[in-house]
Amino acid sequence: MTNAKLAYEETFDCVQCGYCLPACPTYVTMKTETHSPRGRINLVKVAAEGKLSLSELEDPINMCLGCRACEVVCPTNVQYGKILESAKAVLLEEKKKGMSKRARLFQAFFFDTMLPNKKMLKAAGVGVAAYQKSGLETIARKTKLLNTLPEKLQSFEKVLPDAEGLSKRKKRKTYYPAKNEPVFNIGFFTGCVMDTMFSSINTKSIELLQQAGCDVTVIKEQTCCGALQNHSGELDKTRELAKRNIKAFEQYDFDFVVNSIGGCGAMLVEYDHLFHGDSEWEERARRFSKKNVDISVILNQLSLPYKKAVNEVVTYQPSCHMSNVQKTVREPVNLIKSIPGIHLVELPQKDMCCGSAGIYNVIHYEKSMEILDEKMKSVKKITPKVIVTTNPGCHLQMKLGVEREGLTNEIRVVHLVELLAEACGMG
Amino acid sequence: MDTEKLVDLLKEVIVDHECILTDNADLHSYSYDASFGVHVPDVVIMAKSTIEVSNIIKLANEHEIPVYPRGQGTSLSGGPLPVKGGIVLDLSKWKDKLVIDPGDMVAVVSPGVLTAQINNAALEHGLIYPPDPSSSHVSTIGGNLAENSGGPRGLKYGVTKDYVIGLEVVTPEGEIIRTGGRTVKNVTGYDLTKLIVGSEGTLGVITEATLRLFPKPQATQTLMVLFEDVVVAGKAITNILSSGILPSKMEIMDQASIIAVEDYQPMGLPTDVDALVLIELDGHLAAIKDELKQVIEVCKSVGSREINVAQTKQEEAELWKARKLVSPAIVRVKPTKISEDATVPRSQIPEMFKRLQQIKAKYQVDLVVFGHVGDGNLHPNIIADKRDHEEMRSVEKAVEEIFRAAIELGGTLSGEHGIGTLKAPFMEMELGEVGLEMMKRIKRSWDPNNILNPGKIFPEPGQRLVLTDD
Ligand SMILES: Cc1cc2nc3c(=O)[nH]c(=O)nc-3n(C[C@H](O)[C@H](O)[C@H](O)COP(=O)(O)OP(=O)(O)OC[C@H]3O[C@@H](n4cnc5c(N)ncnc54)[C@H](O)[C@@H]3O)c2cc1C
Ligand code: SF4
Ligand code: SF4
Repeated sequence: MTNAKLAYEETFDCVQCGYCLPACPTYVTMKTETHSPRGRINLVKVAAEGKLSLSELEDPINMCLGCRACEVVCPTNVQYGKILESAKAVLLEEKKKGMSKRARLFQAFFFDTMLPNKKMLKAAGVGVAAYQKSGLETIARKTKLLNTLPEKLQSFEKVLPDAEGLSKRKKRKTYYPAKNEPVFNIGFFTGCVMDTMFSSINTKSIELLQQAGCDVTVIKEQTCCGALQNHSGELDKTRELAKRNIKAFEQYDFDFVVNSIGGCGAMLVEYDHLFHGDSEWEERARRFSKKNVDISVILNQLSLPYKKAVNEVVTYQPSCHMSNVQKTVREPVNLIKSIPGIHLVELPQKDMCCGSAGIYNVIHYEKSMEILDEKMKSVKKITPKVIVTTNPGCHLQMKLGVEREGLTNEIRVVHLVELLAEACGMG
Repeated sequence: MDTEKLVDLLKEVIVDHECILTDNADLHSYSYDASFGVHVPDVVIMAKSTIEVSNIIKLANEHEIPVYPRGQGTSLSGGPLPVKGGIVLDLSKWKDKLVIDPGDMVAVVSPGVLTAQINNAALEHGLIYPPDPSSSHVSTIGGNLAENSGGPRGLKYGVTKDYVIGLEVVTPEGEIIRTGGRTVKNVTGYDLTKLIVGSEGTLGVITEATLRLFPKPQATQTLMVLFEDVVVAGKAITNILSSGILPSKMEIMDQASIIAVEDYQPMGLPTDVDALVLIELDGHLAAIKDELKQVIEVCKSVGSREINVAQTKQEEAELWKARKLVSPAIVRVKPTKISEDATVPRSQIPEMFKRLQQIKAKYQVDLVVFGHVGDGNLHPNIIADKRDHEEMRSVEKAVEEIFRAAIELGGTLSGEHGIGTLKAPFMEMELGEVGLEMMKRIKRSWDPNNILNPGKIFPEPGQRLVLTDD
């Protein structure tokens, strides 16, 4: 008998050619087939066949970054994301069966209430810190839900940005007109963690879009994208959030829905996957997903009013979710190259995940740091002055990498939007 | 011996105990390769030194425990499958040595180094390591040596065995020997190096290899030629080669593979031709210009339909893309791909094509043909669904007939993928009883207890071709 909830049929698409092995960061650092894409797919298959228990499946699945670099190199288009998500959902269900009521409540509180609720995130002070600390740490301690408690959580503290003052964020309007003749009518997706922790990046994003000729609207009805819930196997919750976003944006006639968060963007463009078998919602999701793009895609089509040269050696660390899921690869590079004075040097092995992967770096601190160390080896080969990222998770992780190497005074880490804003002379 | 006791003994000879894997999830992860069959081992060991390998083998030999050397598990013939349980000896993590000596034009490498890494390191010195299996970016040099792998460039540059000049090997009794050396010429005694190459891990574990490198060709030129009749394509190929030109690659795609590629990623290939041939010339710029002219003339004179010469590097890449897309394109219909590599003498290519079409019709299988046509190494691929047992029976029969056809035409069971478990039942058909017996004698004298990769190459009594996992 096979476990019907695991994506068993999908595993047959894997011809076990091994082409994905060198692309997988955990295979590189953990060194066993068990922690490779081919290995994980096979384990899901044998678990579905009942030859492996779910508890034996847990470690290999939990150690996966979900970076999906394996999908891009796969010659037979194996839907690894789907296989992974099915495994996460089944494992979570199993976990919940054994969880105390109290623990279930914590899990529910964190994903249902805290993340989607901006007020709450804001009230908690610093967004990311809140979600890392009061969220995960509490759950971890009280429930042993997460297998390793990050001992060195304080290392993140050093790299957390100064959050934009609450008053400034509160003042966010809903409508921002284009600075000149509008080309696109845009709905801006703020993201939950992003809009508390990195809200200045959202502010700059909106300003850049205005400068480039976009009417920008920030609708209040939007909510969390659901990526973190999805990666934890909370499928029902993800669907609910997706429906709320779809409904909210359906009310407007935007040309595009734009975000500057690689991870959220990846979730948004795959909303249709969530509603497989529900043709009405699948169609609505598909229509919504099609409109979602990363900010670089829009800015790359328009022109920015550069005011000053950035005479620095920069390198770009692509976000896995942006490259491998959104398939946005050229646009950020083109934009960086368009900045006057810039000297872009390609990062060796740039397509390897930095190890941040949502909340992976918090839950699996040690493993994540091994992956980060590999990444920093590449950085040290080219010694840039600036590392450009396109996702808050990567941003924090790369900052941590720089900090760990003692290079804080030599290398700065910026979001692409910050670099563009700097070149446009924005404050 | 029970696994616990075995592990205790292993711990005495292995320094890093983390290199011994016994978890269920780990064992299942070394139970397959890129072919068929699932066999779960008792223990997996990730070996990283010659002494360690020697000690492990000595122990296994003493207690008669099967040992299965494994590279990256990309074998298409079942080479690393632990069919009798025991130990999987993973050598893919042993990659510390990759030394290029531009003076002697050799590379000295550990067994787990990926083949493409050797070529990349050589390129830094203006050299190349020519053998180029399409899996070279994922397969280990140890696996390539054990399977004597080859690739498109084999036509001009030969295969793995033509580039090995020295090996360090641990014998099935755990002794460490060195074969060959660092010189291209070497006739001191029997050529054990060549015996080990292609022995599929049944005669020894390769722990280090010395490989010959080659100067990098100055330039390349690619062209694509379309033919309305595969017999005409065959004639063109023979005429090119007999006119004194040796292209670096000559690859063919049949109509079915062209259609599959066009359905997958339309690139404007005509789907009404019988065959498409991609040719790459390499060497000095002036020389290939001249050769290009001749190749075009030859193709035209036999009646090619269309010739497309790449004008830029980018166009060159575009042309090769068609060939690269064949694999992903064909598995879109059904997920299971049976890649054969039966090889025939060049003159028999048109006849082999004809036979393949007959087999396709007879067994109603989805068969496409592509491959290294210059050296007769065709890749008939059958696309099926291994969950459909009835279909797989027809496929098994079709594959058997492909082997038979290749041998009848004076060819061989395998040009580059090896025998492993998959083709063992057909060995006698090609070699004859005595031929096979002589090979068995070699195996027996090297490995008296039959502990190294047992169950491969030589058929078990009553063994037949099986293309399912259970
Ligand atoms: C998509 C795809 C394309 C391919 N294309 C080609 C091609 O173009 N040409 C070609 O020739 N092959 C090709 N192959 C087959 C395969 O990649 C080769 O046979 C390769 O050499 C296997 O290397 P590996 O490291 O994966 O070894 P494995 O598959 O792990 O092992 C192969 C054999 O080598 C033995 N072995 C491994 N390491 C050692 C060692 N150190 N000492 C002794 N024995 C050892 C094993 O016991 C086994 O018998 C392809 C495979 C795939 C999946
Ligand atoms: S590349 Fe794709 S088909 Fe090949 S082993 Fe990885 S997942 Fe499977
Ligand atoms: S998603 Fe990333 S970490 Fe997970 S198997 Fe694929 S490549 Fe490896």
